[in-house]
Amino acid sequence: MRALYSALLAAVLAPMALLSVPLTAQDSLPPAPYAYTQLEDPALEAQAVELMATLRCLTCQSQNIHDSDAPMAGDMRHQVRSRLAAGEEPGAIRQWLIVRYGDYVSYQPEVSSTTWPLFLVPAIIFGFGFLLLFRRLGRKRSDGEDAKSASTSEESA
Amino acid sequence: MRWTLWIPLGLFVFFLGLAGYQLTQPKDDQIPSAMVEKALPEFELPAAVETMPGASRADFIGGKPKLLNIWASWCLPCIAEAKQLEVLEGQGVEIIGVAIRDKPEDVAIFLERYGNPYTRIGKDDISSLMLEIGASGVPETYVIDAEGVIRYQHIGDIRLEHIPLLLEELKKAET
Repeated sequence: MRALYSALLAAVLAPMALLSVPLTAQDSLPPAPYAYTQLEDPALEAQAVELMATLRCLTCQSQNIHDSDAPMAGDMRHQVRSRLAAGEEPGAIRQWLIVRYGDYVSYQPEVSSTTWPLFLVPAIIFGFGFLLLFRRLGRKRSDGEDAKSASTSEESA
Repeated sequence: MRWTLWIPLGLFVFFLGLAGYQLTQPKDDQIPSAMVEKALPEFELPAAVETMPGASRADFIGGKPKLLNIWASWCLPCIAEAKQLEVLEGQGVEIIGVAIRDKPEDVAIFLERYGNPYTRIGKDDISSLMLEIGASGVPETYVIDAEGVIRYQHIGDIRLEHIPLLLEELKKAET
């Protein structure tokens, strides 16, 4: 059983290992100063981590720059940390990136001309659901009363 | 049975179909820069090799539209596009290069091996210009007009079929 399990696991994992070969070669320069170094001020570093966790790595598109080990993610972390250290607001840094890459770079959804249905549709669906629920409950109650009166009338008959 | 009962199932099948369709579509992982049609941000980069000057925003101002080529000696597609850049240079196009996260000795070897179509090469060790102009990888090539406005972005290596396209964009950028 165990042998079968590990064989299956290998069969599943082997193609994944092949797919994960990096597409581009890596450079040989050391990472940017603030790529892997935390800011001295813990409060600023906490802000940096919070921001970096919601920014998309552009070379490894399903990761955020806080998680990614790509050189470019390191360079983006350097920008985030050095800009925070220079006194910029986290929101301004996010906006700086959105101006350059569009909404795509940010994992924090914002209401815009293309994203408003994302915010509106759930509200409509919830409203519709509640409406349905209340109508059902209301009908159930009156149905129940009808049934009771029907049964009592049966008994009396 | 009331027909309205079928609406949720219909919606479910619709979304299933939509998801299935999207899953079978080829993945588009190109990230277009939002900086096209905007001014090239201010930058000044030191020389990437001793033999050539560095690059700054001021180098794009005046004269004819120029190409800004973002590349690196460690990037394989950059080797593939080197020949096409030479062709563009032969057509009288000025190409200003920016080497991303690169060592001067590696840049020198690359230029010796694959040719040097550049008039200047800036050195960008922390991808700062890449982030400034919304580039997400190497190589990328930008058409910059004489006023310093980014007019066109080409993502990935320039292949033979892209040369007429770039020449046309350069011509368009003249006006």
